[in-house]
Amino acid sequence: MSKTEGEATWKDIEIGSIFTEPGSTREYKTGDWRSQAPICNFKRCIKCGVCQLFCPEGCVEQNADGYFEANLFYCKGCGICARECPTGVITMTEEGE
Amino acid sequence: MGQRVGIEVSLAIAEAVKLANVDVVAAYPITPQTHIIEHLAELVANGELDAEYIPVESEHSAMSACLGSAATGARTFTATAGQGLELMHEVLYVASSMRLPIVMSVANRALSSPINVWGDHSDLMSVRDTGWIQIVVENGQEAVDNIICGFSIAEDHRVLLPVMIHADGFYLTHVIEPIYMPEQNEVDRFIPPSRYPLPLDPDNPVTMGGFGPPYIYTEMKKAQEVNIRAAKEVILEQWDKFGKSFGRYYHPVECYHCEGAKTLLLTMGSTGETAMAAVDKMRGGGKDIGLIKLRLWRPFPFKEFRQAVRSAEVLVVVDRAISFGGPGGPFFSEVKSALYGEDNRPKVVGFVGGLGGRDITVGQFENVVERGIEIVQTGSEQEFEMFGVRE
Repeated sequence: MSKTEGEATWKDIEIGSIFTEPGSTREYKTGDWRSQAPICNFKRCIKCGVCQLFCPEGCVEQNADGYFEANLFYCKGCGICARECPTGVITMTEEGE
Repeated sequence: MGQRVGIEVSLAIAEAVKLANVDVVAAYPITPQTHIIEHLAELVANGELDAEYIPVESEHSAMSACLGSAATGARTFTATAGQGLELMHEVLYVASSMRLPIVMSVANRALSSPINVWGDHSDLMSVRDTGWIQIVVENGQEAVDNIICGFSIAEDHRVLLPVMIHADGFYLTHVIEPIYMPEQNEVDRFIPPSRYPLPLDPDNPVTMGGFGPPYIYTEMKKAQEVNIRAAKEVILEQWDKFGKSFGRYYHPVECYHCEGAKTLLLTMGSTGETAMAAVDKMRGGGKDIGLIKLRLWRPFPFKEFRQAVRSAEVLVVVDRAISFGGPGGPFFSEVKSALYGEDNRPKVVGFVGGLGGRDITVGQFENVVERGIEIVQTGSEQEFEMFGVRE
């Protein structure tokens, strides 16, 4: 299947719904499952990377300044990073507020 | 043509699997399927069948191992019955959705509780919607022939679906019948080597059984439904090809004296043989009756079935399973719904019997037919009636 989300018809489905292109789930936005977003106050950040280690989605990336930040395209808003951060950098905030 | 031998049907099924030259057998023993897979284990152990035999720890694992095996393109067989079929239930959907051409022999058995190892169609009906092609056989010869046809149907690139061959537990599996066993070279010609189009292959990686979120799941299911519906024509083609090669022809709906008959009896599976004797007897007594035996349960042969019952006035359906609190036996309610939109259709009456290995006799078939006609004449139709039960 090569068509992107919402375009493929049933006639485009490969035998047995097989995916022939590797990594196609990268295009799948799991970020819209989220009801709370992790908001960071990097003033307190010691760049330890604990949030990245604990993120079950594997969506925490290090930015150019060396801070760790969730990729909101994938982040499902579970809040584990906020719970585990030793210096309280991350606050879970309701989406849409 | 092959030689006609006296053989237990279970062993004959195993021999047919050997003739189909399978690569992998993954199975767990359960009555009344046991002799099939025991004999296959012997054939592999003795070096008569060059296959991988995986003695798994449960039926759930048996079907799971079959998924992996079939996904690599290996010709794969398993067998089960009753509770075993229930235990592999969730994996059955995966096999059909992933379009893996596994062939499974089911020795139809009642479901617990109470524990009952004997035959009925409770297990068969519970897997109705799993997306497998389902063929129900009436005797040992049909079991052997349809195991062989099963592989040719399943592996046809227009089909690529798993196939269940249902044979009634004990009534068929444990009896010795005279069976024409096809010759190896004939079977080799009939089933070409398996060439699964998109197998698991490290050089050409694909993802099987991936993620199907809401934006694509419906399209995936539509593709699956179109595929199994279209498979019917291929099944007919393969049966016809089998007939031309081996001289035995199979049809989705088998008719016995049904042309023009006012009353028709409808059965599925081994009871068809007893029903034929009952129909002979009743016709001898001047009754205008015929018999229809449904061979192809999925995909349901709507066209052939409607055609076969078109001119009848009464259709008496015999189920060997109950849909508790439902509209009748599952077989009955499907048949009734298949006919609902027809202008010319018989009155359909449903009976449930032959549960958990209780025999259905010729006399009972006669009684059921009499009662069916009476119900139609008096307009006293209910959802269904049970027969052969002590009141």
